[in-house]
Amino acid sequence: MSSAWLQAFQMVFEPYNIVVMLGASLFGLFVGAVPGLTATMATALLVPVTFFMAPIPAIAAMVTATAMAIFSGDIPGCLLRMPGTPASAAYTDEAYAMTRKGMAEIALGAGLVFSAVGGLFGTAVLMVAAPTLADFALKFSSFEYFWLVLMGLTCAVFISSDKPLKGLVTLFLGLLIASVGLNNPAAYARFTFGNTELLGGIGLVPVMIGAFAVSEIIRYVVDMAPEALIVEGHIGNVFKGMWRLAVKYPMQILRGSVLGTIVGALPGAGADIAAWMSYAMSKKFSKEPEKFGTGHVEGIVESGSANNSALAGAWIPALVFGIPGDSITAIVIGVLYMKNMNPGPTLFTVNPQNIYAVYLLFIIANLIMIPLGFLCIKVAKRILKVPRDVLMPVILLFCVVGAFAINNTAFDIGVMLIAGLVAYLLEQNGFPITPLILGVVLGGMLEENLVSSLIKSDGSLLAFFGRPIAATLGGLTFAIWLWPLGRKLLRR
Amino acid sequence: MKFNDAVWGAGMVVFAGALLWYVQGFPTIPGQKVGPAVLPGALAVGFGVCGAILLVRGLRERAASGVAWIEWPEWFGSMPQLRAFAVLVAVNVLYLVAVDRLGFVIVGTIYLAALMMTLRVRASRALPIALVMTLVIHYAFYKLLKVPLPWGVLQAIAW
Repeated sequence: MSSAWLQAFQMVFEPYNIVVMLGASLFGLFVGAVPGLTATMATALLVPVTFFMAPIPAIAAMVTATAMAIFSGDIPGCLLRMPGTPASAAYTDEAYAMTRKGMAEIALGAGLVFSAVGGLFGTAVLMVAAPTLADFALKFSSFEYFWLVLMGLTCAVFISSDKPLKGLVTLFLGLLIASVGLNNPAAYARFTFGNTELLGGIGLVPVMIGAFAVSEIIRYVVDMAPEALIVEGHIGNVFKGMWRLAVKYPMQILRGSVLGTIVGALPGAGADIAAWMSYAMSKKFSKEPEKFGTGHVEGIVESGSANNSALAGAWIPALVFGIPGDSITAIVIGVLYMKNMNPGPTLFTVNPQNIYAVYLLFIIANLIMIPLGFLCIKVAKRILKVPRDVLMPVILLFCVVGAFAINNTAFDIGVMLIAGLVAYLLEQNGFPITPLILGVVLGGMLEENLVSSLIKSDGSLLAFFGRPIAATLGGLTFAIWLWPLGRKLLRR
Repeated sequence: MKFNDAVWGAGMVVFAGALLWYVQGFPTIPGQKVGPAVLPGALAVGFGVCGAILLVRGLRERAASGVAWIEWPEWFGSMPQLRAFAVLVAVNVLYLVAVDRLGFVIVGTIYLAALMMTLRVRASRALPIALVMTLVIHYAFYKLLKVPLPWGVLQAIAW
């Protein structure tokens, strides 16, 4: 074993790191199990805390918390018919129907076991695909990177959203937010209007906490949803019959994991979209499609593995190109930059132990998910009884302090609150939020590569297609742009 | 609050025009043709095009189905929910204005208690929970993470 792997093992199995992972697991399981709190929110809430950690524990906290949250989101779906996170929404009705039939332990067990299987599959793909892509990406110049970023943003708008036009608008807004301040090719103070706080730009962290956590709390406060009723009844051994399911549905598990990893790796589309697509696919290819919706476990097996494999898949473009595969990795990329672990192909060559450590973290997270998830199911009814009327205000105060903690400035609290209100208003009007966040994360990279390419080519746009890979990426980007138009024409 | 797409579209077209006009004043990189105006300029064009499409789409939709320019959310007619939103805004304004003077512990407790009571938690329960949770958050950030949360009037008994 190479010394880099050895170093990775040492970093990961350090006692401090183990404690962080355990803490993050409990946090993730709790956040996922409470309806209205999402895995993305768990990550956003972790940012101010991980800010004070070394890079590996910081990443460990995020990897474990999100993996746990995506699984435990199944629990309230099963017991309350309320998905704990959007990633469980696809099969909430199915799981609840199973609970009504007295099969809660099978629904929960399938969610748990096949989440771990999907997560491990996604990790394996990450381990194989990321270094290969990184080798390839070492040859990239600003032209390729420009197209890559643009293609990533395009995917986020056109593939992951049913409203591409409104997605474009929020993407532009995100890019505009990213262009505030001195951080631009001429170091000119853009859109600062004489405000010195704005010279450094609008902070990524407060915007994310606002968009993903504060907006949810605003929604909760004004919606005043009544507390849901928990299904009574005993939950038996969740592991019973899981082997039989694995033998019965091997294709479903594989298909869910593959689809999940691919959807996760596409920028902008994450675990929730992976689960929806996978559930639909499962029904389409099933031998018993008529059973879907009546409490049939097949779709849960497939989409349960899909949403966890999507988590690992999303890290592939995030680590190799610095392009987030979903909103969670968008936050992670922000954290990596703060930790001077800038994503990109050189991450794989200069300090490979860091990357190996990330692989190990994923494997451990998916393995400890099984015992910890089992315990979580045992105490699930108690978690579901935590009064959200008490919890939501506490989370909001936590957000306020967390936004303050990054730079110790009240300005960031203001940014967070405004971002929360804007995100709430935009979502109410059907504008998706993920493109906005991708715009904020990738704005700097897009502009840097655009402007340096324009300087190299002396303003000629033809040079953007002058290199074979750049031309291919450019062509693909245009194809995605023109796809909706082409589809309309074809229909006529 | 839901605005008709035409309202969003019109707003965006105006915004795009203002943005395009504003970025004309940006300098270029010395010795180059391009500069910090390139991306915002392109975004302005993008906002303009999207805005125009939304405007047309919204007007068509309105002509077809007569949807209102602005749809107020259901909770606008409900007093408790309006009050909840008002309290949400008020506690955050209070935090921003008063935290340096009164200190985190006092403002945090008021913040939490006010929000919980708006969400129908009884005062006898909300007040002690608010105080305890404020102290927990204070401990986590001030002691463990060394974030300088202000003490305000409690400076004398700072621990």
